[in-house]
Amino acid sequence: MSYGRHEVLRAVTLDLPAGAVVTITGPNGAGKSTLLSILGGLRREYAGSCRFHDREVRGWTRRAFAQQVSVVPQRVQMEFPFTAEQVVTMGRTPFCNGLFESPEDHAAVERAMQITDTVEFRSRDFRSLSGGERQRVVLASALAQTPRVLLLDEPTTFLDPEHQVSLFRILRGLAGKGVLVVAVTHDLNIAARCSDRLIMLRAGEMRAAGRPAEVLEPATIRNVFSVDAQIHQTPAGIPWIFYGD
Amino acid sequence: MAIEPVSAKRVWGVSGASLVALAAALAVLPLIGSVRIDYSRALAGASPDYEIFFRARLPRVLLSGIVGGVLATAGVLFQALLRDALATPYTLGVSSGASLGAVLAIVFGWSSIAGLSGLWAAAFLGAGITLLLVMTVASERRHLSSFTLLLAGVTINSIATALILFFHNLASFSQSFAITRWLMGGIEPVPYVTLAWLAVATLPVILWLFWTAREWNLLSIGEEWAAVRGVSTSRLLLIGYITASFLTASVTSFTGPIGFVGLIVPHALRMAFGADHRLLIPASFLLGATFLALCDTIARVLLAPAEIPVGVVTALLGGPFFIWMLRSKRRSLWL
Repeated sequence: MSYGRHEVLRAVTLDLPAGAVVTITGPNGAGKSTLLSILGGLRREYAGSCRFHDREVRGWTRRAFAQQVSVVPQRVQMEFPFTAEQVVTMGRTPFCNGLFESPEDHAAVERAMQITDTVEFRSRDFRSLSGGERQRVVLASALAQTPRVLLLDEPTTFLDPEHQVSLFRILRGLAGKGVLVVAVTHDLNIAARCSDRLIMLRAGEMRAAGRPAEVLEPATIRNVFSVDAQIHQTPAGIPWIFYGD
Repeated sequence: MAIEPVSAKRVWGVSGASLVALAAALAVLPLIGSVRIDYSRALAGASPDYEIFFRARLPRVLLSGIVGGVLATAGVLFQALLRDALATPYTLGVSSGASLGAVLAIVFGWSSIAGLSGLWAAAFLGAGITLLLVMTVASERRHLSSFTLLLAGVTINSIATALILFFHNLASFSQSFAITRWLMGGIEPVPYVTLAWLAVATLPVILWLFWTAREWNLLSIGEEWAAVRGVSTSRLLLIGYITASFLTASVTSFTGPIGFVGLIVPHALRMAFGADHRLLIPASFLLGATFLALCDTIARVLLAPAEIPVGVVTALLGGPFFIWMLRSKRRSLWL
């Protein structure tokens, strides 16, 4: 994958199984978001192959693909006064025919808003919400798509600790129902805590992949992030990383 | 402040109320003018009421209705496509292109092109060529960049304006008067057959825009936002720009540029009903039509028997209203 002459991704080979939470991490410019956008069908001019259900991603119609795969971007800017509920309802577009939503669509929207704790500000202008509230509304919109694959770009950036924990629970719950969850994050502790598989990228190349406990080694972190790290363990046996000496 | 949710009941309710407002305007406004006329006499064919009602005022009210509705809807569409609340039907330079075509027709005396009115055909061609130029400049690997489109529109607008000034300089006194009148924008009575053609050309497009309103909602947030929800954004952007420019060109060719309608009507309605295009498109068309029909009636009667350009009225009514909106308590629902 290139931007002009600048090659952003190369030598990345992945097989992402259903029912897993996969985290992609790496320093700035590693190609994480580009990889996510290829997986999400947003960039269709890539070299190599990216297949979903045995069909090349760029071979899917947008609508059919959106019925299976949803994407949560890091940030959404809006120019116009859509309500939180309208934003969530937009997630039902791939399933709607005609002008209005069906009772099933309304039920999916209601479920997504309850799961993400966004019901209380459903009638508020999206632009008037805090960063964390917006992030939850955008997540609800992606959940309303009832995806088989959920892709998230830095999903915890604006979330407070309570809603970060809630997000982990939601993602694990989805994986338990067979949904493939792929999240991009800079935060290794989040990756260690919530993922089944961790992929580390640097300069467009995959430098490490595997279970977090296997991959999160000081030498690997130095190789990928150019920073020294100490690895400890929480009482639950999850790796906990401190940066620096 | 809460915004009401959009439901089928609300969409049909708002559209129905807007239709009633437009129907009332179309019924009442032709009765208003410098000469008092009687409805029953006009309907009975009694002279001069019949001629004033059916030949002078009604076609003009109908034309202003179509033009107002089309400009307001084109404004909504351009704002969604460019994700810019300040976009208007004229942002891409379509009206400057139409004006340049009209000026050339006046200066070179093209009374007829391919059997059509030379002025109208030249204006329409000018608008079409401008759109083609802007889109050619802005397209990159079969993709249209909104930012480049805006810049290309502004640049080609400037070039067209310079050419208008150049040819205006070459014009005789009577041509210069005709050019100035055209550039001011105005509604003149046209034959019913012309109105019918205009309605046939624009109304199906407006209905299609309403039918695809859900996609305009998504696109007004962002291309990636729309793409991951199943919209073919490159195709929709291309169709959207061509449609919005076609709508603008088709009415601007008849009336010249009429400002403010495509800006204030969408903003006022967004403030009243929110941003959902399922409400915004029908309400903008129907109430934009009502607004311009009302403005044109004011333009006819304010200094009767003299007339003032309708663009002056839309700006004088629209400007203070816009300022009131900026200061109002509901501005948070809109800006």
